[in-house]
Amino acid sequence: MPTPITLTNKNFEEEVIKSDLPVLVDFWAPWCGPCRMMASVLDELAARLDGKLKVAKLNVEEPDHQALAMEYMIQSIPNLKLFRSGKVAKDFIGFRPIEVLEPEVEEAVK
Amino acid sequence: MYDIAIIGAGPAGLSASVYASRYGLKNVVFGFPGGLTSETHEIGNWLGTKLLNGQEFAKNSEEHAKSLGAQIVPTLVKTIERKDGHFNIETQKAEKFEAKTMLLAMGTAHRRLEIEGEKKFHGRGVSYCATCDGFFFRGKTVAVIGGGDAAAEGAVFLADLASQVYLIHRRDELRAEDYWGNLVKNNAKIKIIYSTNVLEITGGDKVESIRLDKPYDGSNELKVDGVFIEIGAAPNIELLKLCKVDLDEGGYVIIDTSGKTSIKGIWAAGDLTTGSDKFRQIVTAASEGAIAAHSIKQFLKGNNNNTQYLEKAA
Repeated sequence: MPTPITLTNKNFEEEVIKSDLPVLVDFWAPWCGPCRMMASVLDELAARLDGKLKVAKLNVEEPDHQALAMEYMIQSIPNLKLFRSGKVAKDFIGFRPIEVLEPEVEEAVK
Repeated sequence: MYDIAIIGAGPAGLSASVYASRYGLKNVVFGFPGGLTSETHEIGNWLGTKLLNGQEFAKNSEEHAKSLGAQIVPTLVKTIERKDGHFNIETQKAEKFEAKTMLLAMGTAHRRLEIEGEKKFHGRGVSYCATCDGFFFRGKTVAVIGGGDAAAEGAVFLADLASQVYLIHRRDELRAEDYWGNLVKNNAKIKIIYSTNVLEITGGDKVESIRLDKPYDGSNELKVDGVFIEIGAAPNIELLKLCKVDLDEGGYVIIDTSGKTSIKGIWAAGDLTTGSDKFRQIVTAASEGAIAAHSIKQFLKGNNNNTQYLEKAA
């Protein structure tokens, strides 16, 4: 059963930039209510698109992760960024339920 | 088969669940525990606790409901269907549930300003949640749009992080509780701009400024790094349309004093109803949830004193 990968500043390059599959990165923080709401949506998305998409999460509150948060101009969370070949192909701001997110992501990974 | 399916896990839904469980009614609650309370950083008017953190309140509410036997399903409901005298509910994960009665407690969603740049910069400077995103504006300049409790509270919260906060309200007076109003007025980092509307949000990659309909400090352009829109909320309509319950002109579910909607078997509680004088607070949501649970218990257990009276009168 695939579950979202936990990202750190140490594995970001390997898991996201160098990934063959597209990667949907969830930038989140523990204080953010809507981010917790996204967690179950992302679990479901990871299951449904297993093999087509990797789902990963980065906690932007961690001091070590600040540089990544700034590099990707995170100013609002939840913030999902779809990476393809190491670059941001699309972003999704704010909470969205699976029936909205899944078609948007499927469209973007074609 | 559940006795009650509660749609929404904010204070209204969870309060209803607690009462229902204690009445011996098997209940399932759909939603993300806490509702809007998980976006509040400080609750100061919940009786018994001088200051409470919103997320803590959400977590405590969830644990309370769970400890009494409620099943909480953190998924959105996709469809509701009435069949053979009960309700069939399906979630976005295609899980199916059956219940004898339903309580609608989905609450509201943040209102949009519907101005130029709002959608474009959502997530790149525009936010609807000060507690979620204030962190990213440390040392920067932000504008909070609105004049109620959420706007004033947001401004106070942001003043601890930002270097400058502008609270922009279209009226000449804040609607917020005196408690928040005073905190705002006494905070040196917050400047209140009254009787002014924001017409446009502009910038390049991120928000850089907003355009006002009246000059402030000699200019209609105000340089800001972030815009927090706190102008209130409106009911989440989609599921309501499926249920076909009567709504008022604002989209709020019309309920009677026992929480009943226009459809037999469906009750409603919380921010999305016309109840409690439309005074949308945690305490009124919790109250409406309890009242609805009590009414549902009477409906299911046959204590229909009112209908007996009506039958006699006829």
